[in-house]
Amino acid sequence: MRRLRMALIWGGFTAALAVPIAAAATSPLLAWRDPVYVAAGFAGIVAMGLLLFQPLLAVGYLPGLAALRGRRVHRWTGGALVAAIVVHVSGLWITSPPDVVDALTFTSPTPFSAWGVIAMWALFAAALLAAGRRRVRLRWRTWRLAHTSLAVVVVIGSVAHALLIEGTMETLSKAGLCMLVVAATAKALVDLRVWSSGANANR
Amino acid sequence: MTAVLFNRRTLLAASGAALVTGASGLRVPARAQGVSPTPTMRGGSNNYRPGAPIVKRIGGGGFWMSGTVRRAGDGAPLAGQRIQIWAHTTEGHERDWHSHGATLTDENGVFRLEMPQIVPAFGQAHGHLAYDSGDFKTVFLRPVMASSKDTSLEAHFVLQPA
Repeated sequence: MRRLRMALIWGGFTAALAVPIAAAATSPLLAWRDPVYVAAGFAGIVAMGLLLFQPLLAVGYLPGLAALRGRRVHRWTGGALVAAIVVHVSGLWITSPPDVVDALTFTSPTPFSAWGVIAMWALFAAALLAAGRRRVRLRWRTWRLAHTSLAVVVVIGSVAHALLIEGTMETLSKAGLCMLVVAATAKALVDLRVWSSGANANR
Repeated sequence: MTAVLFNRRTLLAASGAALVTGASGLRVPARAQGVSPTPTMRGGSNNYRPGAPIVKRIGGGGFWMSGTVRRAGDGAPLAGQRIQIWAHTTEGHERDWHSHGATLTDENGVFRLEMPQIVPAFGQAHGHLAYDSGDFKTVFLRPVMASSKDTSLEAHFVLQPA
């Protein structure tokens, strides 16, 4: 019974990741894009998929990856997330440098670019904070509040970025994945009680 | 969840804008100012290639880019003006030379150039146009298609002397 539950949960998460990717793989837009642009787009989709796992790993909800093991995988997934975004932005840069310059300088005509760039910087900041946790000498609760706040910016920015784009992602599977990411993040935030306990501890 | 937040944001922005417009409309009297020049759009010059040749058609065609070119002030149509057009289409990326072409306006200041179907790129189905001949100030436009299934797109220029 436990094994069945585990299989169901993991099956569900694999589907949550695989369905949007598979749907995007059938996009007619792919035919008119060169491999670098296609890779850049899929790196973005993979990043959104990884974003679904991050809060669940942080709290230890995934069966077989509870507590400390979950945290360790959370770190590796965070690294993969940074790598995916680097591939995403580099690929777009190679495809059309002026569009990426516009996005990075917040002068793009498309509002979703700004959301994406905000999410990118928040992601890099969250990753740096994680990498330098021993060096930054913050109190554990303060560190967690900072890291989680940045993660919330990453999630909101990424979801707004993805939803406003007309790209290779299929609309329904994109909205579904975005909803799951928001739900997983909200659930983790509530259960970790980052805000309330953090505020009390600082008094 | 975010969609709802965004709607509220949009609503707030829209009502704020309406308020400002209404308030300023009360104070500023209506003026017969004539036709004002078209400003360059954000991102309009992205992947611009100076000197793209005048062509009968860009690639295989099937999609129509059209518009008008007029003079600021009196709005008189400008004939023989060169307009460069490019986009991400079914036949190439914006940066590709073969995605670019130029055409001239007729005696009514109207231009019309057939090109391959524009497809969404960088998140939006959009085209690029440039007036860059020097007699008037350079203007770059970046019109967005209402639907990526559209098979035509319009952009209008009002130019001011350089």
